[in-house]
Amino acid sequence: MKTLVFLEHHGDQLQKGSLGVLSKAASLGDDVAGVLLGSGVEPLAAEAGKSGAARVFVGDDPVLEAPLPQPRVDALAKLVTEQGFDTVLFAASVLSADIAAGLAVRLDAGLNWDLTDLVNDDGRLVGKRPALGDSVYVDVGWSSEPRLALVRSGTFDPNASGGEAEVVPLDVSFEDFSTQARMVEQAHEESEGPSIEDADVIVAGGRGLGGPENFALIEALAKALGGAVAATRAVVDAGWYPYATQVGQTGKTVAPKLYVACGISGAIQHKVGMQSSGVVVAINKDPNAPIFEFCDLGVVGDLHEIVPKLTELVQARRGS
Amino acid sequence: MKIAVCVKVVPEPTTARRIDPGSKRLDRSGEGVLNAFDIHAVEEAIRLKEQTGEGEVVLVSLGPERALEALRKALAMGADRVVLVTDEAAAGSDLLGTSLVLARVLEREEPDLVVLGQQASDSDGAVLWAALADRLRRPFVSQVAELTVADGKATGKRQTEFGYDVIEVPLPAIVAVSDAINEPRYPSLKGIMGAKSKPQETLTLSDVGVEAGSVGEAGSKTEVYALAEPPARGDSIKIEDDGDGAEKIVEFLAEKKVL
Repeated sequence: MKTLVFLEHHGDQLQKGSLGVLSKAASLGDDVAGVLLGSGVEPLAAEAGKSGAARVFVGDDPVLEAPLPQPRVDALAKLVTEQGFDTVLFAASVLSADIAAGLAVRLDAGLNWDLTDLVNDDGRLVGKRPALGDSVYVDVGWSSEPRLALVRSGTFDPNASGGEAEVVPLDVSFEDFSTQARMVEQAHEESEGPSIEDADVIVAGGRGLGGPENFALIEALAKALGGAVAATRAVVDAGWYPYATQVGQTGKTVAPKLYVACGISGAIQHKVGMQSSGVVVAINKDPNAPIFEFCDLGVVGDLHEIVPKLTELVQARRGS
Repeated sequence: MKIAVCVKVVPEPTTARRIDPGSKRLDRSGEGVLNAFDIHAVEEAIRLKEQTGEGEVVLVSLGPERALEALRKALAMGADRVVLVTDEAAAGSDLLGTSLVLARVLEREEPDLVVLGQQASDSDGAVLWAALADRLRRPFVSQVAELTVADGKATGKRQTEFGYDVIEVPLPAIVAVSDAINEPRYPSLKGIMGAKSKPQETLTLSDVGVEAGSVGEAGSKTEVYALAEPPARGDSIKIEDDGDGAEKIVEFLAEKKVL
């Protein structure tokens, strides 16, 4: 197999997810290369070498400065065709999913998404994909090359056992339609607010809270438990709570010892951000909420009654 | 302004969905509903039409003929007509086949704006817009939580892993919206009554110039080899709150030694 891994970066940092996919590809015993597309990104190539890339192709162009997908499809299509890669892997993200699908059309290639493992089954690449709300696991593959895949975020950890990567500069050119989208304002990591990534206990609130004022209940419970407060994408998008506290696919990935989900339905986008948590307790009034499929204790009931009571009991127990 | 909305009819998500072990495809024999994420796309398209006071909202879909029934919900909300491509040969299409068929319809329709929802609830696919954009050679912006269309441009504010981006694309363009973008309306009684008589066109693959071999299972470049039970997460306990829910949680936390 001749594998290419798309290396996503933000600012001057390679994304951990991309490096994880790179390490996984290298562990399958492949000829693995990475590709880095941006403006002034060559210094990032060294880290990719450590995670297992033998070569890193670097496309450096002002057009690639903003993290927009379509110019990246142009660059990748040319690279994959010219170098004859048979497999192209992406760590799933908002950007990489958009690139992968465009590339699939451009190369007339099959794309499998949401993979949680990749195995080499006697020379045949097989992807594992949880489907239908993770109620069934599907073995998926490709009937032709190149094979394209999006790996679920947070699936593979980088393994810094590699060496030095050979840096190969890339000629890039762009289609007219690929450069029409314009980044008017680009997201920057918000640094205010407490970090939830290092907390041992997280109490998270979702749409079931009913309104932003009810985050006070979540904050009180978090304080009693000595933990941090997190939120779902739905309530962050609604402006109820800051983005820095968001857990999920487009937020933080957390793995506390205890995760208490209040009024959270448990959409897959949220699940991927907290599924490695130790003990998960869910409180939701909808008995059919998917969160009950992946918690240790689920309580069907009104969080507005249960949470304040729980806070009191915890305070009493901890003598605070 | 002419707006096309790509919509999908999916199995009712609250019922027990299953993959047929023989065909290894999702069992679609039960009742279909409009993909919930697509309802936000339909709502946004109708709002844009209402804002400008003119134009048309066309629903574009690929699926079995009986999908028309579920698509009428979107007509009842206020969409103007439906174009449904229905052909046995298209069953089992992957991203390549689906995007090819929809792109052909969109080429016929020539909308100023194509709107999609953020994902399909059956396949968890969340990439169709990017495939369509490459086929149609149009710019696109995805995951849009706030959309403004003015002066021949669409501007979308969207969430990524790093916060909020604002991206602008000239029309004609493709926009995929997130479910945070709006609260969809319920169809009015008048809307429901009128939905049946709105134009509902069904087309075959040959009508839209797509060869049967390039879609469906024949044209699919992805395969399903096997199905398996998910790994168990350990015992999951579910209880009803009878006024002692908080006590039960405390007991459980103490038992698990996380308190």
